[in-house]
Amino acid sequence: MVATTHRPGARAAAAVLLAALAGAVAAADYVPVPAGTLASAIASDAGGAPVPIDAFSMRVTPVTKGEFRRFVEARPEWRRGRIPRTFADASYLQDWRGTTTIGDPAMEDQPVVNVSWFAAEAYCEGEGGRLPTWNEWEYVAAADATRRDARGDPAWRARILAWYSTSARAALPAVGGAADVHGVRDMHGVVWEWVDDFNALLVDADSRSGDDADKLKFCGAGAINLQDRENYAVLMRIALLSSLNASDSTTSLGFRCVRPLAKEPKQ
Amino acid sequence: MITTPHSVRLAARLSLTLLVAAAALGVAKAAPSAPTVAAALPSDSIYQLPVVLTGQDGRSARLDARRGTPLLVSMFYTSCKFVCPMLIETVRDVESKLSAEEREHLGVLLVSIDPDHDSVEVLKRTVDERHIDGARWTLARTDAATVRKLAAVLGIQYRALADGEFNHTTAVILVDADGRTAARTTRLGSADPAFVKRVKSVLLAASR
Repeated sequence: MVATTHRPGARAAAAVLLAALAGAVAAADYVPVPAGTLASAIASDAGGAPVPIDAFSMRVTPVTKGEFRRFVEARPEWRRGRIPRTFADASYLQDWRGTTTIGDPAMEDQPVVNVSWFAAEAYCEGEGGRLPTWNEWEYVAAADATRRDARGDPAWRARILAWYSTSARAALPAVGGAADVHGVRDMHGVVWEWVDDFNALLVDADSRSGDDADKLKFCGAGAINLQDRENYAVLMRIALLSSLNASDSTTSLGFRCVRPLAKEPKQ
Repeated sequence: MITTPHSVRLAARLSLTLLVAAAALGVAKAAPSAPTVAAALPSDSIYQLPVVLTGQDGRSARLDARRGTPLLVSMFYTSCKFVCPMLIETVRDVESKLSAEEREHLGVLLVSIDPDHDSVEVLKRTVDERHIDGARWTLARTDAATVRKLAAVLGIQYRALADGEFNHTTAVILVDADGRTAARTTRLGSADPAFVKRVKSVLLAASR
C-alpha cells in the first residue's frame, strides 16, 4: 500500500522502499476510522474550535514485542547496541534478553515498550504508515465500545484513571483487549503510546504566562492552551509525552501506527 | 537565559558532550596528524539522521554533507512576521561577534517547518530580501516527515495552527564539526555572550 501524503512522490517511494526492506514484518491488522471532528483537550487556537479529522486507518493493536523483534531482525541498525545514541537512549529494548531475543515466549504478544520515537517511526514506515498525530490518537481514544466520544461519561474517565493507578511493576498484559466502536483495541489499559507530534503538545512553562514572553519565544498565535482542565485522564498523557525527548524510551511507552485510507482524496 | 526542564536536561547533556569533546581533543593531541573527519561518526551526532535538504539555490544535499564544519542550525518559516526575522538577526549578531576568519569556518542552516509554503523560490526570495549571504547561509526545505525528525533531533518543538501560523521554539543550536550539540540559545535579538563564547571555542577546536 502506498501512502498518500503532502509529498506523495518522495514519501511514497521511501515507504515502498522501507516496506521492501522490512519484508520480514508480517502484515498487521488495520481498521478504518471515519472522518469527524475532535474537541481536543489541547486548544491550538484561542477559540479552541473543534479540529477536523480526516479519515485514516489505524492499527487494531499496539505493536507487540514479537512484531518488533522481527523488525530488528530485518533492520539491524535498529537493534539494541547498534542504534545510534541520537535515536535511542541507554534503556532502549532493555527488557529483552538479547539484541534479537526477547527471552520469555509469553512476552511475544505483549506490547513492545522501551522504544524511542525514532524507532517507532521507522517501524511504522516499514508498514507503509506513520505514528498517529496527537489529534488522531485522542480522537480514537475518546471512544468506548458503543460511542465515538465517551469522554463526557464519568465511567470512561474512571476506568482510565483506575488503570493509571495500577502498579507499573505488574507484567504487561498481551494485546487484544475489548474492541472499541471503531474496532480498535488497547487504547487504554495496556501501555502509553508515542504520537508523531509528541514534541508539539505543550510549550515550556515559561511560555505559558502570556503576552510578550510568548511572542519572543514562539512564532504564531501564542502558547497552546489546555481546553479541558477536568480531563486528567487525557492531560496525564499529554504531560508524559511532552516531557520526553525523541530518543527517550520508558517501560510503559509503546506505539501503534496509522496509514491513509487507500483512496483518501487528500490534497 | 531562562531555566526550564528542557534546559536543565540540556545542561546535563551539554556537560556530557563537553566530556566527550574533551576526550576527543585528548586523542587528537596524542595523534596530531590523524584526520579527524575520517573518524567514525559519533553516536550522538545529528548527522546520524539520513535526510536530504534542498537549499535556496535548489540544490539538494544530505545533512551529513555538512560534517567537518561547525554549524549554527535552527528552524523557522518564512511567513512568520515577527520572531523569524528576529531569529535571522540573532544569528547575524552572533556572526558579528566573530572574526572574518571564524565566520568563514562556520556554517548556518535554517530549515523551514512549513514545507507546504516555503518552496525553493520562497526561500530564495527571503535570502534576497533580507540580504543574506547565500554563499555561507543555507535556507532549506524538506518534506513534512523529515521536518518532524529533524526537529526531534534538534529538540525543537513546533505545531501547525489552524490559521496557517506555527508555534515553535526559536532556538539556535551550535553543533560541532562532527554534529554533536555543543550549545543552544533561546535568546533573541542581541547574541547571548555565553553562546558566542562556545561558538568561538568550537571553531577553535575544529581548526586544530
